[in-house]
Amino acid sequence: MEHYSMNLTLKVWKQKNAKAKGSFETFEVNDISSEMSFLEMFDVLNEKLIHEGKDAIAFDHDCREGICGTCSMYINGRPHGPWHGTTTCQLHMRAFKDGDTIVVEPWRAKAFPVIKDLIVDRTSFDKIIQAGGYISVNTGSAVDGNAMPVEKDNADKAFAAAACIGCGACVAACKNSSALLFVAAKVAHLALVPQGAPERKTRVMNMINVMDKEGFGSCTFTTACEAVCPKEISVTNISRLNQEYFLAGLTGDK
Amino acid sequence: MPNSKIPAGPLEQKWTDYKGHCKLVNPANKRKLEIIIVGTGLAGASAAASLGELGYKVKAFCFQDSPRRAHSIAAQGGINAAKNYQNDGDSVFRLFYDTIKGGDYRSREANVHRLAEVSASIIDQCVAQGVPFAREYGGLLNNRSFGGTQVKRTFYAAGQTGQQLLIGAYQALERQVALGNVSMYTRHEMLDVVVVDGKARGIICRNLVTGELERYFGHAVLLCSGGYGNVFYLSTNAMGSNVTAAWKAHKRGAYFANPCFTQIHPTCIPVTGDHQSKLTLMSESLRNDGRIWVPKKQNDTRKANDIPEEERDYYLERRYPAFGNLVPRDVASRAAKERCDAGYGVGTTKQAVYLDFKYNLINKYGRVEAGKLGIENPDIETLVRLGKEVVKEEYGNLFDMYEKITGENPYEVPMRIYPAVHYTMGGLWVDYELMTSVPGLYCLGEANFSDHGANRLGASALMQGLADGYFVIPYTMGNYLADEIATKPIPTNHEAFEAAEKGVHARINTLMNIKGAQSVESFHKRLGKIMWEKCGMARNEKGLQEAIKEIQALKIEFWKDVKIPGSIHEMNPELDKANRVADFIELGELMCLDALQRNESCGGHFREESQTEDGEALRHDDQFMYVSAWEHAGESNWNLQKEVLEYELIKPSQRNYK
Repeated sequence: MEHYSMNLTLKVWKQKNAKAKGSFETFEVNDISSEMSFLEMFDVLNEKLIHEGKDAIAFDHDCREGICGTCSMYINGRPHGPWHGTTTCQLHMRAFKDGDTIVVEPWRAKAFPVIKDLIVDRTSFDKIIQAGGYISVNTGSAVDGNAMPVEKDNADKAFAAAACIGCGACVAACKNSSALLFVAAKVAHLALVPQGAPERKTRVMNMINVMDKEGFGSCTFTTACEAVCPKEISVTNISRLNQEYFLAGLTGDK
Repeated sequence: MPNSKIPAGPLEQKWTDYKGHCKLVNPANKRKLEIIIVGTGLAGASAAASLGELGYKVKAFCFQDSPRRAHSIAAQGGINAAKNYQNDGDSVFRLFYDTIKGGDYRSREANVHRLAEVSASIIDQCVAQGVPFAREYGGLLNNRSFGGTQVKRTFYAAGQTGQQLLIGAYQALERQVALGNVSMYTRHEMLDVVVVDGKARGIICRNLVTGELERYFGHAVLLCSGGYGNVFYLSTNAMGSNVTAAWKAHKRGAYFANPCFTQIHPTCIPVTGDHQSKLTLMSESLRNDGRIWVPKKQNDTRKANDIPEEERDYYLERRYPAFGNLVPRDVASRAAKERCDAGYGVGTTKQAVYLDFKYNLINKYGRVEAGKLGIENPDIETLVRLGKEVVKEEYGNLFDMYEKITGENPYEVPMRIYPAVHYTMGGLWVDYELMTSVPGLYCLGEANFSDHGANRLGASALMQGLADGYFVIPYTMGNYLADEIATKPIPTNHEAFEAAEKGVHARINTLMNIKGAQSVESFHKRLGKIMWEKCGMARNEKGLQEAIKEIQALKIEFWKDVKIPGSIHEMNPELDKANRVADFIELGELMCLDALQRNESCGGHFREESQTEDGEALRHDDQFMYVSAWEHAGESNWNLQKEVLEYELIKPSQRNYK
């Protein structure tokens, strides 16, 4: 692959803190190598800003290998940018060409308030998990790992759902800021393994309740979430969640 | 000599006896006892969940925005356990033996044996939590094989085992948060340990959102803050991974053990230029099917596919015919460095070797598939096409990741790889109970030194993190806290808290007021360069002495000329980074000092002065059969304590992979 270098114009959301009013600021970056990752391009920009005596742009990032779910930039109108099935940190500058203007914003959702610049608060996701995204088993009380066989097909589907990295791109892409794909991935993961069965009715009910309470919108099934999910979590998980929800509603004691 | 408190009795009985006789805390008293846990990776999250379940009042802290982000999440390959589900002769003893041998006889027998004993329970616990491990068609758990062993004992979830295990522990932790047993503090960074009357009683944290300093009391403090690989600047660690919590503890009296034992992983995507911020691992499992080679001619500029078979040097197969491409990590890494240093490296930087799948794609997989389909005398194209399908199923996600980063298709051209810093075996010194040399201060997971000696085997880090958190600390914690039931919570206006916070405040103020000319990042890069060149894959006396001087000079320059934008009372990632880099600089000096005193080669530590005639690592058991535990004694000053290692069951031998 031929490498090239490029000059870019960046329009980046700057916001001092949660209360301040934010706005776009324009920055120029030069000699960006096509081999860099998108976040390395931001590193270059920040080094330049620090050198000029200005504030660096705050953005969330950690593992930089697409698995921790921390990075969260809304790039040119799409969560995580133009590449399919890719987190911001794995997006590379080959995706752009010399002279491009790139617009970068934080996730926009009521349940994800901006903390600073491109950083948002996603603790609402932790609260949804607290409502039931687990199997209640204390350490030490487990039976042998092979005591309960799990159909391979179900185990594979459970894994595919559990691959969710909790980044919030699904919420950012949704016109209603719904978190249903995130909730569905967890409900489906735990409904597909037999260990999750005892709590399946309360789990789905409680998680949906907290999702609503945290200010996420309703799902109208536009499937924008699936289209931008860096881990390609399928909307069929939402169908499974609906099934779980109806089952719980029809047969639940509460 | 530090007291490791190893229980008496035969090795196989020690842990059982300990559990049978350690002190207990009754449920009513547990509710009065508070425990602080710093870090929420596999060790921290599993400890927080388990101690919360027992009824202790737990406060857990992480610098990330959620405990689910901890870097345990990035582990790819798997987790070992002595289940013997494959009926291939595995046992607790074999896992114990492989781990001790893999560690090149520099780890503590009693701890490693306990690790092997509890390994099976970890799998049971994770399955009960709903962790979707890979399964066979019959519904039972599947296993794969990893380096340094002859059995299949590795449990896995595709190439995302760490993610699945961490999510399991995270969910158990969040369940305890919901029940009110654990209070979770995210975006908080520990900046000091508070010691009252010789015991750890709390921490000082910076709230990373507001910038305010906060004080927290605990009857005991657990550090589960991970490894320090980022001292090299470039590593496979996450950007935020740091040594700060462990280093603050060290400066409060906790010994730092074997700091020079670092693991350089042979197969990572090579550096492309100065802009590089981190390195990405390509799983060890790839070496099952990939052949490593360089051109036979120096400075060969031809493309890989233009170099004919007879002009390729499969140097691992040549040097180690018995193990070939599957030699342990330390050996494979040094061999790659040797070829590149000699001028045979490939790619634009010449700091890379090829990992080539074509041979096995055609001959191993392609032919089998052709056979299944009954194709006689298949042509090469058919074989490639068929083999590709199989390789895709095995390693598809890794191949995709490689292509995203490099823009090259590894099905068509060989991967370019080079060794990179991956894991640190050294860490805070702990006794059998995982307590550091400061009473009431514990250390779990990668942050401690205890189980991997001088080299860690693949799929053993996840095992250790979860063993410590789920199955060791719930017992050893009680043994300490049983004597603390009468201790009332110490108010955080106690003078020790005041003094500690004042110290942290002063340091942050000093940093912010330097207003120099060079960024934090630039200092970190320079430190990394010194460490990589002089305390990396090969070390010698002269280089280490130079490195110590250079690091000392860098430290002075840092404190005179660092430039940190923004202010104190706000979110300021540059300030957070400055705090961490300042600690890395001090640690770097200690690592070089440790590497200098250990004039032998063992595991990941290769001293050029100590090698065999054919360039292999040479241990000196007569002089160095000890853990070096460093006691902080002032600026650039340490006392060396030696914990002599005694082997009851295993007779150390020189490793040989020819």
